Parts: sequence; C-alpha cells; structure tokens
Amino acid sequence: MNKEKKIEVNTKGCKACGICYALCPQGVLDKDHMGKVVVKNPDACTQCRICEDHCPDYCIKIGG
Amino acid sequence: MLKDIEKLMRVKRLPHIWCPGCGNGIVMKAMLEAINDKGLDPDKTVVVSGIGCSSRATGYMNFDTLHTMHGRALAFATGVKLAKPELNVFVVTGDGDGSAIGGNHFIHAARRNIDLNVIMFNNNIYGMTGGQYSPLTPQGRFATTAPYGNLERPFDICKLAQGSGATYVGRSTVFHTKLLTDVIKAAIDNKGFSFVEAVSICPISYGRRNKLGAAPQMMKWLKENTVNVKAAEKLGAEKTAGKIIIGELYHEAGTLEYTELYDRLITRVEEGGR
Repeated sequence: MNKEKKIEVNTKGCKACGICYALCPQGVLDKDHMGKVVVKNPDACTQCRICEDHCPDYCIKIGG
Repeated sequence: MLKDIEKLMRVKRLPHIWCPGCGNGIVMKAMLEAINDKGLDPDKTVVVSGIGCSSRATGYMNFDTLHTMHGRALAFATGVKLAKPELNVFVVTGDGDGSAIGGNHFIHAARRNIDLNVIMFNNNIYGMTGGQYSPLTPQGRFATTAPYGNLERPFDICKLAQGSGATYVGRSTVFHTKLLTDVIKAAIDNKGFSFVEAVSICPISYGRRNKLGAAPQMMKWLKENTVNVKAAEKLGAEKTAGKIIIGELYHEAGTLEYTELYDRLITRVEEGGR
C-alpha cells in the first residue's frame, strides 16, 4: 500500500479547530500558517483513527 | 469508519454550520457509527430534533428527518412511534431544548417508557442564541445571562431520566468516542425509553467566556475530569466529587414498552373486553 495515500485530508473543509494535531499520539499531523491540518510525518501513522474519530468536520479519512 | 457512514450523511450539505471545534459533529458521527454497526434499515429510521445547535444535526443525516419546534421533538417523536411502532425513532436534542423548554415532554416520555432513543448533546449553554445559561450550565460558570457567574444548580440529567422512568441511561463525552458509540448501541438494543447524554464542547459561546481555552484544551479537560462508572464504584463518592461519571449508568430489563401496551389495549377493546 502506498503510505502517502493512507491519510486523506480535506483541507477545504477544515475549520482549523486544532483537535486532530493536539490528539495525535505520533505527531503525524501538524498545522499550516492558517492553523489548518497538514500531514507532516505520514510514515509514523499507526492508523489508530483518533484523529478521524475526533474531527468534528469529517475532514480526515484513514486507510483510504 | 468514516467511509462506511458517509452513505448515511447528506454529504452535499457539508461542511456543516457548527463552529470550529464544536463537539456536535463528533456526536453525530458516533450516532451514525452506532446506527451503521447495528445494521438499522435507513428507510425504517426516523430522526427527530427540536431547535438549537444540536438539532441542526437532522439536516446532515440521510434518513427521514423532522426538524420540529423548540423543545417539542419528543412530542413529535412520540407521535411518529405510536403511528408506526416498527420504525426506529431517534431524538436529537440539546441541553436547553431537552431539559428547559422541553423538560416536561422529557420526563413524561421517560415515564411512559416509549421506545425512543434520545441523544442529548450537552454543551452546557444555549450556543445558537449567543450563550445564555441553560439548566445544565454548572454553578459558577459565566454566560451572557449570568455575567457574574451562574447561581443556579444544574440538573443531573441522567438521574432525572432514571428517576422519571427511563429504562436505559448512559453518558459519554466527545473525547470518549468509542464509549459514546457503545452506549448509543446499547440504547438502540433497549426496547423502551433510552437516554444518552453526550457531553459536548462549545469552545466559542461557552469555552471562550469561561476561559477554558480552545477546542484541544477543552478536550483535555474532558479527559481529565471524567471517571468511568466501574472505576467510580471502587473510588467512592469523595474521590469522584465534581467529576463526570461516564458509561452505562442504568439499565432496567423486562419493563413493558408503551406501544406494546397500546397494541394490547387495542386488541382487548376490539375483542369487546374492558
């Protein structure tokens, strides 16, 4: 599986609440200059789905 | 998983109207996960809501939905369930909608033990109208109508539901999403009035005014200030004072449900009995 594609992030719908990158235990996600989510370190992702479960705007999909 | 429940959402209407960091989206997702996991037929599922931030959820769910008057969601849902008892009826309500203006409908629907699954999104405030305090705003917290702190004691809405006759009562938070899905699943399994309090976060109208920080800080607060009901039994009342108790709080099996009783009454009267 292509590791780059296993985290799908919809930055258009992101409202920059900051929950996902605060809760990620592996430091996979980070914020851009607008506070929106970006995937910084996809290789560290263990697919725990904490970000997917806690995103209030349904912007993160794990495992394609 | 999100990709499994997208078919239960009106994806074209997204992004939703809720503020950045609002917990309502998380509760809605947990609810859809529970419906999906239980394999309920979307054509046989009805979601009824009242007025408020939480009640906007019906607009994003791909079932037959009713967005009704303020506080009257339970009254509408009772009508739906009595007309077609085979339907799975959910009620989405907020803390203000369900416990203040709809408080009487709430206790009486619980008293009747009618088979409704009520999910109360508790964000401790009337968010949509600008942050007035609700019956679930904790004592001492600030609101636009309590600029010097709220003097009133809040309801323990789960105890109120139990005392009124609900046969299933559960509570979880938007931090404990797995548990939230599990208690909603148990609520679906229970034939009778099931009540789930989903403790949500409101970073804009409640968190900002009470200096609780942004959404991640409020999430952390929920993590640190909750105790599972099983752990709470061992810890005792002193150590759990001021904490939010989560988990399955009450389950009463074997109590007859209202639509069943109503059907029996119809049969009895048709046969000429009294």
